[in-house]
Amino acid sequence: MAEITMTAPRARQAEMAEGKKPPIIRPKASGDDLIMRGCLVVVGVFFLVTVVLPLYALLKKSVEDANGGFIGLANFAAYFQDPALTQSLQNTVSMAVISTILTLSLAFGYAYALTRSCMPARGLFKAIALIPLLAPSLLPGLALVYLFGNQGVLKSLLFGETIYGPIGIIIGEVFFAFPHALMILVTALSMADQRLYEAADALRAKPMKTFFSVTLPGCRYGLISAAFVIFTLVFTDFGVPKVIGGEYNVLATDVYRQVIGQFNFHMGAVVGLILMLPAVVSFFVDRLVQRKQVALLTARAVPLTPKPRTLIDGFCLVLCLVVSMFLLAILGMAAFGSFIKFWPYNLTLTLSKYDFGALGTGGWGDYFNSLRMAALVAVIGTTIVFVNAYMVEKSNGFRWGRNLIHFFAMVPLAVPGIVLGLAYIFFFNAPNNPLNFIYTTMTILVVNTITHFYTVCHLTALTALKQVDAEFEAVSASLKVPFYKTFWRVTVPVCLPAIVDIGIYYFVNAMTTVSAVIFLYSSETKLMSISALNTEDAGNTAQACAMGMTIVATSAILRGIQALLAKRLQRRSQAWRTR
Amino acid sequence: MTSTHQFLRRLGGLTLGAVTALTVLSAGAQAETVLKVYTALEEEQMPVYKAAFEKANPDIKIEWQRDSTGVITARLLAEKDNRQADIVWGLAATSLMLLDKQGMLEPYKPQGFDQIKDLFKDTRTDKPTWVGMDAWAGALCYNTVEGEKAGVTKPESWADLLKPEYKGHIAMPNPGSSGTGFLDVAAWLQMMGEKGGWDYMDKLHENIAAYLHSGSKPCKAAAAGEYIVGISFAYPGVQLKNQGAPVEVILPKEGIGWDMEATGIMKGTKNLEAAKKLADFAASADANKLYNDSYQVLARKDVEAKVPENYPADEANKLIKNDFYWAADHRDTILAEWQKRYGSKDAPK
Repeated sequence: MAEITMTAPRARQAEMAEGKKPPIIRPKASGDDLIMRGCLVVVGVFFLVTVVLPLYALLKKSVEDANGGFIGLANFAAYFQDPALTQSLQNTVSMAVISTILTLSLAFGYAYALTRSCMPARGLFKAIALIPLLAPSLLPGLALVYLFGNQGVLKSLLFGETIYGPIGIIIGEVFFAFPHALMILVTALSMADQRLYEAADALRAKPMKTFFSVTLPGCRYGLISAAFVIFTLVFTDFGVPKVIGGEYNVLATDVYRQVIGQFNFHMGAVVGLILMLPAVVSFFVDRLVQRKQVALLTARAVPLTPKPRTLIDGFCLVLCLVVSMFLLAILGMAAFGSFIKFWPYNLTLTLSKYDFGALGTGGWGDYFNSLRMAALVAVIGTTIVFVNAYMVEKSNGFRWGRNLIHFFAMVPLAVPGIVLGLAYIFFFNAPNNPLNFIYTTMTILVVNTITHFYTVCHLTALTALKQVDAEFEAVSASLKVPFYKTFWRVTVPVCLPAIVDIGIYYFVNAMTTVSAVIFLYSSETKLMSISALNTEDAGNTAQACAMGMTIVATSAILRGIQALLAKRLQRRSQAWRTR
Repeated sequence: MTSTHQFLRRLGGLTLGAVTALTVLSAGAQAETVLKVYTALEEEQMPVYKAAFEKANPDIKIEWQRDSTGVITARLLAEKDNRQADIVWGLAATSLMLLDKQGMLEPYKPQGFDQIKDLFKDTRTDKPTWVGMDAWAGALCYNTVEGEKAGVTKPESWADLLKPEYKGHIAMPNPGSSGTGFLDVAAWLQMMGEKGGWDYMDKLHENIAAYLHSGSKPCKAAAAGEYIVGISFAYPGVQLKNQGAPVEVILPKEGIGWDMEATGIMKGTKNLEAAKKLADFAASADANKLYNDSYQVLARKDVEAKVPENYPADEANKLIKNDFYWAADHRDTILAEWQKRYGSKDAPK
């Protein structure tokens, strides 16, 4: 920490000293501050409509009886008497803890290799790591069965254990959570001050010592964010346990059972509320950690250029190879599944499963709906996320408002898709809601998807912004440059890689989203991810794989275009990084 | 100030673009009378049914909203305060009874109502809110290839499934997540009596490899060789067999639980006349002939049902005397008891 304090700007030291004094003199809000607060209020209203009110519309059912009368905590009492509950809770927590530890270790190693090593093919490895994001959750589920199920090609690797249960859940969840964690950690690790490492070198610190006293503290915020993201994702995910969990019950499958099996929205709301607990905890921890995070990228920072280190680079390469092989094996198996006639008894290859029109309904129309929605989500969502994160991070004063908005931004992660979808019906379809005309339109799908995937985007944007020194704003302010000019000329270009990442993240998630939108679409706005689910449900597994692979291919092509553009962008907007 | 303008213009441009895009995208199509029809029919049936109805009623256009039984029922119930559907065509009668209980259905006797078999209509009232179309019954899916490999013989009855040779080879839907699972449990309780039924399930539980969260999944998993026997219903088994899967669809000889697909008009629909025309069509002989392509037991007395390809014969005689109202009234207690007995297995076998 000593090194960091050394380079911390004076303004911050002054601020810290000031913090000890009772705040008698309040600085007057400047014009900039007022504009920013205005923006925050707008964002606050956005969250009110997209998160708070819909969730309230659903969660208030947890204290109501079937006829809408208030019954206090009776539903909770009934739920806690369910003998399966303790087991579900225990199972959920242990799955979440194990998956978090595994995913975090792998993703940190992988992110370190991508950002701090000189191993070859880093771009390729980064692209491969995104695979799980591109695939609708149905694909890994089927692929795991094809690989490790009772007829699986690699079944012997499990030594007689069954994939249906904790092992399958953990493999599935690591696969599923990996890119989410990686995205945050790459952002956290890619911004570092070369001078810190030079100083460590000059002080003859051992590499280990440098790692623990410079590298780790530098990305502590990213690490903790990533850990909470993984934990919450696994805690609330029902896609993986539903397909591969056998009868290993978790809380999220309880919601499914209550809502889709028994149409008991009140109990669904009860479990939904319990599922939100980790996010509430994470919010407070996040606030604590954040207070200690110091901007790494001061205005005088020199960006880090990794130097070749044979041993570490070699280790990084091996790790990346192993992880990529695992990710590719799952995708490859799903791809194979889309070309065969009938698993596992007729492995003749065929292209016929890609003839989506053959079923009579939807077909490629669903595909174009998906594409349109994903594009809208990417453009609108990224704009909202980044501007909002900037306001939360860089505005002055108005602390409670900023905290509140940050809290709202953290909530969506903890809300299982099925809960969010139901909440949207109850809120947006209410007869007295002036917004009810958007129900079943493309608009509600876009709004829902932006909200559903908000948190990871928000954390990525914050992680990027935190590493840009506040001194830029301070200097701008003293030169009387309005904040939006600094925002447009400095912040946006500096954060451009993160912004593009957020856009892509939104796009690919919009292509694969299912559980939140399944209650909201109409025949005009049907999405391909939903078609794939229904096709699988109808027993056409291979065709469902083909639809999934079409989604994967689309997102992969977009990623390819991004990689090409990124090179040019990098040269233009990131030139400051090179010396 | 120019920079402020620039910023605002950029921001404004973005917002305006977004709003325009959304408005354009959300503009719907305008045509004759458009009927919003909620359904859980199979995808391949929908275009055929739609074409037949629209040919008979050229001034009405069907707009489908299709999902699996659980999802579409949950959605219908969640939309209770502001209903989007005009009519439901092709959803489990038990789901329609739930809607009826909430007062969401419009009573209507379609044309040819007296040609509908008693089993397929609510005979307790003069104002029926739903009318059956065809029956789908519980069934076993048996994988012949894996069965032979493991030396597990083809089961013929529910009692067979208790034999030790089936241990760890049977998958069944969780009745808490799936209507098909509940249908089986309710059928056992009705056939064997309360005590006999639970005793049967206690023993069956010992042989079950997994309780799955969907009604068709056990059959699909059996067809893919993941399990040897799947407790499910006939339709997916027949479908998979047609695709070349090595499955036999078996109707256990003691009798089988069943549910029906049914039609019901939503109370408060703005297109009541058109909805009535669809309800008439759904109960017609022509429509029943279409149902016969997928199902063997039909609602109409006057339509002679043939056995669809690969469908096990003699389904009609194996249907138990299913008391839907008893099952609906006792659903919560049955599920709670089931959950207590079998819901908290700590790890799969």
